[in-house]
Amino acid sequence: MTCEHMSCSYGGAPVIEGVDLTIRQGEFVGIVGPSGSGKTTLLRAMLGSVKPVHGSVTRQAGLRLAYVPQVETVDWNFPVTVGEVVGMSRPQRLMRPKSARSELTLIEDVLERLGLGGLVQRHIRELSGGQQQRVFLARALIQKPDMLILDEPTAGVDVRTRHEVLHVLADLNESPPHGDGIAIVLTTHDLNGLASHLPRLVCFNRTVIADGSPAEVLQPYFLERTYGAPMEVLQHGGMPIVLEQGGDELRNRLNRGTAS
Amino acid sequence: MIIAVDLLKPFSYEFFRNGLIIATLAGALCGLIGVFVVLRGMSYIGHGLSHAVFGGAALAAVLNLNYFIGAGFWGLASGLMIGRVSRKRIIGADAAIGVITTASFAMGLALQARFGQAKRSIDAVLFGNVLGVFTSDILAVAGVGILSAVVIVGLYRKLLFATFDPEVAGVSGVSVPAMEAVLMVLLSATILVTVRVIGVLLISALLVLPAVTARLMTNSFGRMLWLSPVLGAIFGGVGMYISWYADVPSGAVIILAGTLVFIAAYSAVGVRRRAQLAGINHH
Repeated sequence: MTCEHMSCSYGGAPVIEGVDLTIRQGEFVGIVGPSGSGKTTLLRAMLGSVKPVHGSVTRQAGLRLAYVPQVETVDWNFPVTVGEVVGMSRPQRLMRPKSARSELTLIEDVLERLGLGGLVQRHIRELSGGQQQRVFLARALIQKPDMLILDEPTAGVDVRTRHEVLHVLADLNESPPHGDGIAIVLTTHDLNGLASHLPRLVCFNRTVIADGSPAEVLQPYFLERTYGAPMEVLQHGGMPIVLEQGGDELRNRLNRGTAS
Repeated sequence: MIIAVDLLKPFSYEFFRNGLIIATLAGALCGLIGVFVVLRGMSYIGHGLSHAVFGGAALAAVLNLNYFIGAGFWGLASGLMIGRVSRKRIIGADAAIGVITTASFAMGLALQARFGQAKRSIDAVLFGNVLGVFTSDILAVAGVGILSAVVIVGLYRKLLFATFDPEVAGVSGVSVPAMEAVLMVLLSATILVTVRVIGVLLISALLVLPAVTARLMTNSFGRMLWLSPVLGAIFGGVGMYISWYADVPSGAVIILAGTLVFIAAYSAVGVRRRAQLAGINHH
């Protein structure tokens, strides 16, 4: 999939501008940037739900895309079971909304693979955070995608859930026969817990600021241009660790208050 | 024996039999559409549309037009106006509904006051009149009911997807605007054919009560979709039957019957949740 000099807007000023980005088969790409930087719009443009006002998005013919929304946007009080969520994305036979036996087996297989076996009848709220995330992953996977697009898959989840999700994604991304060779694109806020583990990172704020390996991209210069705040990068066991600058000053100010 | 005969007595009157049939059918239809009204937060639209239909019905009565033509046309025009006003985004959709439908309602009241001779049928739309039902009303409710059931079963997964998760549904090839339009048409048709039976003032309650009660009883969309019309039919039928003996307008009894069941379900769920929290109820 290639975005060429793409700009998108929702009627007013462009939200993202002049984006050039290519995702190849089997890649694992993280998009990092601050809130309001247009990351979700970029994903929507890739998915085709937002049309570029300039430039173009070219998808390889027959490319199957699947999308996993932010868990925070899901209505957890909606009356749906795990099986109903996974099944809703499948085409329906005329006047037969219920899953046939073969489809039920398919749903159960996908759930089993993601460690959700036996939960078909469970309501979505009666699940742990990691399980909830994986239900939506299951709904995407049952469409047998070539590329999976995830919006903030680790936002608002605890450390253990984040690890669970990342391991599942790594399995899916790994090339056959061990994995599925699915290309994965995700957005994240989490520089140290997620982004620095990925093979390819894109720093994004209205446009692509840097694109490369974490070592190439997680540099103070690019980070400051992305986040608009100075950041420091340390090395730990060969991995870059990003620190916010100005923390000392803030700490001093806050502690001065308690000391006096 | 005497008691049994007494209990069956209302069935010997044709107007009661017709009323019972239409109240049961209208309850089932409102229950079915109500699932989407509740899950999509459309209850204010339903409330507004029924008020708009009242204006149209009053106009139709004064001009001696057929009710379905007058009220249907007026309801459609109001729907389009609401869409137009809210798309301009100067005022919100809820405010647009408030202005247009209350204006329509006020026009109905004004017409009623000015042209007293049309009062009877206007009263029927306001408070509902299950006992003045014609075969054509029964056929209209049954027709819209069958149409809704076929459309909802036929588009089940798309409607569920578009309701639960519109963004992903759109990306996955479901036309969300088309699904919304389908539901709006079904809701409008439902209000049009049931409003004379249930009444403007009570219809939004019947669109909500069976569905929220069903929601309390199940966590599955599929089950809610058949449970809600079944509850609606029971509310309609039982409420109608009780109203015969209580000598109270049927619409009010239907809603009160539904409210009682809702309260029972609500309390039962509260007990179950507390039991689950206390770890007594293991799956």
